Parts: sequence; structure tokens; C-alpha cells
Amino acid sequence: MDLIDILLSASFWAAVIRIASPLIFATMGELICERAGVLNLGIEGIMVAGAFAGWVAVYAGLPLWWGVAVAMLVGMAFGLVHGVLTVPFGLSQHVVGLGITMLATAAAYYAYRIALPEVTTPPRIEPFQPLDMGWLTDIPVVGQALFGQTALTYLALLVALATGLVLYRTPLGLALRAAGENPSAVEAQGLSVTGIRIGAVVVGSGLMAVGGAFLTMSAFSSFFFEMVNGRGWICIALVVFGAWAPGKAVLGALLFAGFDALQIRLQQTGLGAVVPYQVFLMVPYILSILALVLMSRRAEVPAALMTPYNRGER
Amino acid sequence: MRLEPIANPGLARSAGLPAAAIALTVVVASLLALLAGADPLATLGLILKGAAGSKFALLETLNRATPLIFTGLAVAVAFRAKLWNIGAEAQLYAGALLTVLVGTQLGLPGPVALPLMALAAILAGALTLLGPVLLKTRLGVDEVVTTLLLNFIMLLFISMLLEGPLKDPLGMGWPKSEALPRDARLPRIVDGLRLHWGFGLALICALGTWVIQTRTTLGYEIRATGLNLQGARFAGIPVNAVMVKTALISGGLAALAGFSEVAGLKGNLTLDISPGFGYTGIIVAMLAMLNPLGVVVSAIFVAGIFVGADSMSRAAEVPTYIADILLATALLFMVLAIMLTRFRVVRG
Amino acid sequence: MGEGRQAQEVVLRLDGITKRFGALTANDGIGFSLAKGEVLALLGENGAGKTTLMNILFGHYTADEGRVEVFGRPLPPGQPGAALAAGVGMVHQHFTLADNMTVLENILLGTEPLWKLGLGRGAARARVERLSHDFGLAVHPDAKVGSLSVGERQRVEILKALYRDARILILDEPTAVLTPQEAEALFATLRKALAQGLSVIFISHKLHEVMAIAHRVVVLRHGRLVGEVATADTDRHRLAEMMVGAEIAAPAPREAVPGPALLSLRGVSTAGEGNSPGLRALDLDLRAGQITGLAGVSGNGQGALAELLSGLVAPISGEMRVADRPVARWTPREALAARIGRIPEDRHRTGTIADFTLTENAVLESYRDEPFARTGLMDWTAARGHAERIIQRYDVRCPGPETRIRLLSGGNMQKLILGRALEAEPRIILANQPVRGLDIGAVTYVQERLIAARDEGAAVLLISEDLDEILALSDVIRVISDGRLSPEFPRGSKTPAELGQWMAGQGFDHAA
Repeated sequence: MDLIDILLSASFWAAVIRIASPLIFATMGELICERAGVLNLGIEGIMVAGAFAGWVAVYAGLPLWWGVAVAMLVGMAFGLVHGVLTVPFGLSQHVVGLGITMLATAAAYYAYRIALPEVTTPPRIEPFQPLDMGWLTDIPVVGQALFGQTALTYLALLVALATGLVLYRTPLGLALRAAGENPSAVEAQGLSVTGIRIGAVVVGSGLMAVGGAFLTMSAFSSFFFEMVNGRGWICIALVVFGAWAPGKAVLGALLFAGFDALQIRLQQTGLGAVVPYQVFLMVPYILSILALVLMSRRAEVPAALMTPYNRGER
Repeated sequence: MRLEPIANPGLARSAGLPAAAIALTVVVASLLALLAGADPLATLGLILKGAAGSKFALLETLNRATPLIFTGLAVAVAFRAKLWNIGAEAQLYAGALLTVLVGTQLGLPGPVALPLMALAAILAGALTLLGPVLLKTRLGVDEVVTTLLLNFIMLLFISMLLEGPLKDPLGMGWPKSEALPRDARLPRIVDGLRLHWGFGLALICALGTWVIQTRTTLGYEIRATGLNLQGARFAGIPVNAVMVKTALISGGLAALAGFSEVAGLKGNLTLDISPGFGYTGIIVAMLAMLNPLGVVVSAIFVAGIFVGADSMSRAAEVPTYIADILLATALLFMVLAIMLTRFRVVRG
Repeated sequence: MGEGRQAQEVVLRLDGITKRFGALTANDGIGFSLAKGEVLALLGENGAGKTTLMNILFGHYTADEGRVEVFGRPLPPGQPGAALAAGVGMVHQHFTLADNMTVLENILLGTEPLWKLGLGRGAARARVERLSHDFGLAVHPDAKVGSLSVGERQRVEILKALYRDARILILDEPTAVLTPQEAEALFATLRKALAQGLSVIFISHKLHEVMAIAHRVVVLRHGRLVGEVATADTDRHRLAEMMVGAEIAAPAPREAVPGPALLSLRGVSTAGEGNSPGLRALDLDLRAGQITGLAGVSGNGQGALAELLSGLVAPISGEMRVADRPVARWTPREALAARIGRIPEDRHRTGTIADFTLTENAVLESYRDEPFARTGLMDWTAARGHAERIIQRYDVRCPGPETRIRLLSGGNMQKLILGRALEAEPRIILANQPVRGLDIGAVTYVQERLIAARDEGAAVLLISEDLDEILALSDVIRVISDGRLSPEFPRGSKTPAELGQWMAGQGFDHAA
């Protein structure tokens, strides 16, 4: 199988969209936080917690969508802790974010060990199945890629669309963007910077957790350690790559997923026999760094990102 | 609510709040134990006993503290300059790699090999952090993400070497390197006690870092750069050069953790020489409020929690991950407590 | 504007407002009222309590005692939206605009319920255009705020208030950033607003403006209301006395005895950055024993010139000579080595390191030199001695040299910066807004020190947005506009109005 064959196969394009889905959820989550002025380094841990929470809820007998809701709530809870510590108390967003990542990861592992003390192979749940879109799925290449996905993938795209609409077309989005650019503009108009920022972190964290849940509930069907594997950090790079705009960030996620899907398939080709597999696995991380370097010159960073707002100082 | 700086916090505030943070962490620990169906007091007792209940336990704790002192110092130095080095893990592995390469490939006698191994390790760690820092100072690329991603890249790189050119032919298929020769290992501090000179080196490094931070012009420059980049630049401090120097020191310190683990404890390079020492270094450094001498104390405390939790989980049905949760909560409570010693919350 | 006032219908009443911060009483039983169609000036030095009072009115602080009534209804304390909803609009001194959004978006911010789909841009744009027209506030609704000039941004701020149907406008130091001509346009807008029945509170410390536009003046000092008079019954002199509590003695410098040029720029240009222009082929001589005043509307290249002299930027073309030697490498260290003493514009972010002690701040520019450091090791005893010397000689009021400088007042912080610069015996002094935000005592002190330094032979460049300050202190005046410099005007050769025309950019084309 060579490159052309890969690029022409429907399964490749289906994989691209599948791989992009969790990234889109989490990238939108991070983007919402950052647009409001808060860097959320809790993303990696919140994704782990979401992956576990969604999975364990279904494993305990809840319906799949309830699992998604549980994951989201767990993410929002961690987001609330992050928001309260970094917004009104103004603590370092770096330190708190890393702390949340450690806390959420450890909490998920701890809960997993308590829930399943004895198991060696992680048990499986019945995950989301690809939707049956009838004749649409039968369109060559495009059909399977676009219409053979699970409901969560369509939700991811919907979330991206909604993020864009809210940011640019609603009063709430206006307030959110202003909070990340010049919080005193928000305050002067009688709105609460604290409320908007905490709200953004809570909602954003909820989305990150759903991104994690995608891994256990749609991509794979069980929870295992290290499964998020840096995806959260990659999403932070994607926000920068997308210049803090939802549309560009989704394109970035798809591009990134494309390289990832390609890398997996190239491992099976003649190339894979010559080049160690670790080199292929490095590709996503190297690409993320490259993306950051490429965008460094024309970044449109929200002006108040990482700057706590204290009313007393003006 | 608003925050107002406090001129004189007073003893009640500056001691009481951190104490309250520790107390809250203990409460969380108890709740976690209850959740696992264990008796909280007994669990805490077991952790304490496992960490410091015997000479063996204590030495184990100090052994575990050794790499944490190095990574804690690495983070403390970097964070002082607001250089967010989250890549101590990668620097540690880079150091470990060079330790093994120099120790096994050059065939030097021990007294020559050991210092050379340490130097090579320092260099490797420093270079590992240099890349992200140059990207930061030259192009403005955020170092948090680049150093984080480098951790993954470095582990894959080591994995590639351990399954390729560095693979021990006698390793029965395990991905591990050849062992260091006997005389290229760090000796024990006291004969018969399982504590190697890596710990001594860590203490020396802590002292050295403390001197740099408080007594040298470089330390002054680092602190000024971290507290106010714009002000430091205006005053004529070459902030980019300071960042690079900070990175070299920080990366070198983190790499010494790898050197010490390989040459002092493990004897060879595997993919599991560090269970996240690089990340835990962040907790160590923050609990020490970035004070290098405090890092020694907090590293021993953190190591004690880990060693104690390991030993406790063998006896009780409480998963060892309780240690990670405790430390993360301690970190969050502590940064809040420290902030509240310097600012008071006022209404309206 | 004495005529045309409506009947004395009270629209805003403050009654016994008291606010304490720890031991400090920022507002002490302040009470006054504002009538419909009236301009009330709120006069007072920095620290007199004006800002605190406005923060209470807008619910950012809660008063310990007293009450606020708007249109006869009490305002609930501590609710940021309440004053806005009651029809009070504020134009802040530091604009509260988001640069990454358009004018229209900034105006719409917070005017609609948050949980609503759609922004209703069409209707809003029509309304903004009508308001722009009615009040003479020309600005394009779809322009990004980041690309607007300072004057345009102020118009957006006023439009924001008008869009919300504000009936009471509060303007905080509105002319500080305007040319005299722009200020006239602002006054024209305010007259239109008064004609439509709005009322205005005008916060200022510029007495001639207060006399020109206000009907009544309320004077605050040290948190207390010390006087309330109709402008018809007073004059500038008496207002000044009320404001500071004593006759103010403006420093009256002796005639300068200029020496040779210590710093010369010939055709120097620097790169611009964002909205701020770089310098465009500048010629400038700073002579020994002379104060050169740089007048201009903020954002016209003052920052670039200050950065050049501080060593933060180097020329991209042209020649720069210090003490008659051409400059090659140019960094803050080189600037310090060339004995340029620097008083930066922003003492909190640039001039000091807030969490450093006074000792650490005192050696910020000399920490590598003996006796403060030897072979890379700091000598903290020597550094502390230096700090103590500055504290004593420059009258820095503080608990001691080991205090974090964050805890000092602005005046004392500035005295430390001044002392740090002057103790190095500079030959050239860059004083960028040296007295902004200081109380009168500190202002006089800093100005006298600068004049003394001049008399000892230093070449001083004084940058200020306050034309009065420039006129009072400068031996020669240069006006900066869009990165270009006017010819040199000797003391007394130009009226404020003439300088204002240069500040607005007129005259350069003929000169060039």
C-alpha cells in the first residue's frame, strides 16, 4: 500500500474524522477558556477524568448519553476548582492548571482501582456505534468518511459550530471575548468579569471531559492508564495554531488528525519495516511543536490571557 | 471581592494558613481512605510508618527523595525566572541516556568515568531545555507546551534506542541498556546502608542553587526577570541571556536526577527509571515556595508520602494513587494559603 | 456656559459618603448634588478621593456610610450595573474598550441580555450613526477599536454612554489625552448634550478648563469636601488654593545657561510598533544646562523617543551621538554607561520591580558594579547602604530599606527612582511624565530636583502630556506629532494655542 492508495481509501478519511473528534471537543473547551482570558492547563487531566467518568458510568449500567453527561459534569467540577482558584483568587494559571491535571489524573486512577481492584485486563463497554445514514453512507469514500461516524463525532462538529456562533453572534460571546481582551471593559458595562471567566472555564472544562469520554465511549471501549497520552497538550497547541478562532482550530484538528492517521497507516507499509515505529509515534508531538513555531509570528493572543483581574487595581 | 496586599501578615497568618492547608490535605486523605473502605486513621498511620517507621523505610524515603531534590531544584530555578519548564522529565531521561552512554561505551576507569558521566548528563539536560527556550526568546513560542511535548518525544526516542542500538544483548528481550560497570557507579554513603552518594550530590546542588539565587548577580537577575520582565529589561538586565542561563542550570539539574538514578540506584537505563519525577518536581518546588533549601525538605516530605503510600497499599486496600491525589491537593491548598498570607480578601 | 440652565431639578445626590481603607479614610462624609443641564466640576489632587467616590457610585466599592440617589431613587450599593441602569454613564480616563472588537461591538457590550441569540447589529448600527451625527462624534462603527486614535476612542466611550440612554455623563480627566483643539470639539459635544437635557460631572485638575466649562465646582482634598462654589463667583487662583490648601508656588527656574549638546540625533528613525509610530528622521540636540520640553498628544512617538534614549530600541537609520561620540551598539546598559539617567513613564511596571525590596530596587541599574557586586557575588550590605542613602537624601517615606516597594505610595516610589537616577550623577536625564499621578508636594519636589540637576549642567529631556507643565519648566520646547519633531521654540515664544496646532500636526508640512 503506498501513499496514493492510503489517501484514496475511505477508511483513511473516516479515521481522520474519528481521530479529530476528541481533539475538537477539547480544543473548543480550551479555546473558550483562553478567549475569556484563562489558560487551562488542567486539560490533560480533565480529559483523563472525563474518559474514566464516562466509561465507568456506562460500565455501572447507565445509558451511553448519561455517561457523556456524567463525564461533562466531572469536567465542570474540576473546571470550577480551576476557575475559583485562578479568577477571583488570581493564582498562577500555570501552577493551578498543572495541579488540576495531576489531581484529575490521580483521582481517575484512584477511582478506577477502587472500582475494579482485581482486574488485569480492562473490561469493555458497548460503545457508541456508527450511525446508519442510509444511502448517504453508500457514497464512495466521502459517504463512509462523513456519514459512517458515531453520534459523538457529529456532536463535536455541532459544538464547534455553536462555539463559533456564540462567540461572534451573541451578547454572551461579546462579553466573553471582551473579558479576555480587556476585562475592565466588561466591568465598566456592569457585567461580572469573575462570573464570565469562571463560567467559561467551567463550560470549557466540561467540553474537555467530553473529549476524553470520546476515547472510552466511541474510539475505544475500555479505560486504560495513559490513554490520553498528551492529547490535551496537543489541543493547547491547536488553539494557538487556530489563532483562537473556532473554525481555524477545527481545520487544525483535522489536519493534525490527517497526519496522525497517515502515520498509523505508513507504519504498515514498506517504510514501517525500515523506520522504527517510535519515529511514527513522535510525529503528532513534533507536528504540534512545528505548528506553534509556524504560528508564533502572527499569533493574535487575547490581550488579557493569563492576566488575573483584580478590581482593586486599576 | 477584591484582594488587598498586606504589609505585615503576622505570625498567625503566615504560619496558620499553611498549617491549615496541611490539615485540609489530611482531611482529604481521610475521606479518600473512607471511600476505599479503609479506616482513615489506620491508613494515615500506615503511610507514616511506611515512610519513616524504620531505618529501612527512612533510607528508602531518602533514596526516593534524591531525584526529587534534583527535579525540584530544576523547577525552582526555572520558575523563579517565570520560565515554565514542565520538561524536567525529558531532561532527566536525556541525562540518564548520556550517563549510560559514557559509562558503558567509553571503557574509562571509574574515577574518570563518574565525573565525565555527570558532566555529559548535565550537558544533555541543558541542551534539551535550550531548544524550547531559544524558541521562546527568539520566536515567542510558549515553552509550556513545547517542554511538555518534548517529554513524550524523549521517551519515544529512548524507547527507540533501547529496542535498537542500546539494547542489552543479554537482556532477555527486555528494552533495557547494558549495565554500568561496577566502578562506574555511585558508592554508598555508609557501607551496608542503601543510600548512595547521589543524595549527597543533591544536597550540594541545593546549597549551590541557594547561593546562586541569593548571593550572586545571576540570581538577582533571575529573580528580577521573573518578577517583572519589562522592568528588568529597562534596568539593563539582558533578559534573554538570563533566560538561557536559567535554562542551562535548570536542565542540568534535572539531568542529574537521571544520572543519580542510573549511576546510584538502577545501574542501567530502562523506560521506567522515572515514575514522573519530572512532574512531581513541580509539586516539590511549589511546596518549597521555590526556595532551594526548602526543596530538600519538601522533596523528603513528598518522597515520604510516595514510599509510605506504596507500603500502605500493600497492607490495606487503599490504592497507592492516594499519594498523587494528596500531593496535588496539597499543592493547590498550599498555593492558595501562601497567596492569602500576602493578600487579604475584602468585600466591596 | 452660564446661560440656558434648566430649573433646579436634582438628578444626582450624594449624601454623607464615607469609605475607609484600613487606617485611611478615602472619602469622609462627602455630599453634593447635580442639577439637570448642569456641568459640575469635581476638582482635587490625585489621592483626594475622586476615584474612590466614582467607584462607589458605580458599585465597585461599597460605601461604609452614606447614600446615593439618582433621579430621586436610592441606588443599591455594591451593584456594578445599578448606576448604568439608572442612567449614569462614565467615560474613564483609561479607556475600557476591547481592542480586538469593533466600535459597534464595544458599544453593544453589556447592553443586551447575555442569553440571547443574535446581536441585532443592524438596528444598533443605525442608532449609533444617529447618535454620532447628533452629538458630533464621528467614528466608523465597523472599525476595529485597536486601529483608532486616542481621540476616536474617547468618542466611542461617550457613544457607549449615550447608547445606553445615559442622562448623566461623568468624564474622568477627559482632556488629558487630547490636543487643545480636540478638547474644544469635546466641549462642543458636551454643549450639545446639555442642550438635550443631560447633566455632566467633569473630573479634572486643569483649572482653566474647569473655569471654561463648569457651572459649579466641588473641591475635594484628603477625602473631604472643602469647597463648593459657582464658577461665576471664583477664579483660578482661589480654586487652586482650595485644592491644595495653600498658595501653590510653581517652581520658577532661573534662566538657563545652555552648554554644548550632550546628545544629538541626526535623521534618526526607529521602527514603529502596533499603533504607536516610530520616529521619523528626527533631529534633536539635548544641551548641557537646558531643559528641553517635549509636548504632544500621547501616542505620537513620545514612547519611541523615550525608548530610544533608555536604550530599549536602537535607531534603524540616522546617527546618534552621545558626548560627541557616535553610538554603535545601543542597549539599556550602554545608555546607563553613557550616563543617561532615566525616569520612566510607568513607575510600577518599568521603573521598579514591585516585589523587590527598596534595597533591591535601589541597585537595579548598578547591581553589577562595585561596591554592590564583586566577581559575580552581591554585597547586600553595600546595597542596603545605598538604599538608605537614597531614602534619606530624597525623602522617601517608608518603613525601611527591606520593605517591598509595592507597599509605597506613588510619590515615594518616584522619589526612589529619581534618587536612583540622580545618585549616578547623570549627564543626560530622560524624565518621562515624571510627576503624573503625584500629589502637589511630590510634584514640586521632583520638579525642583530636575531644575537643580539642570543647573548643575545636566541635559534634561522632559516628556509630558500636560502642556502647563511643559510651559512652566522648559527652556526650549519641541512638539512631537506622528513621529516628527517641530523646530525648537524658545521659552515664551509660542502660546498654548499655537503649540496646540503643532500638536495636531499642523505646521510640519511647511517646516519640512
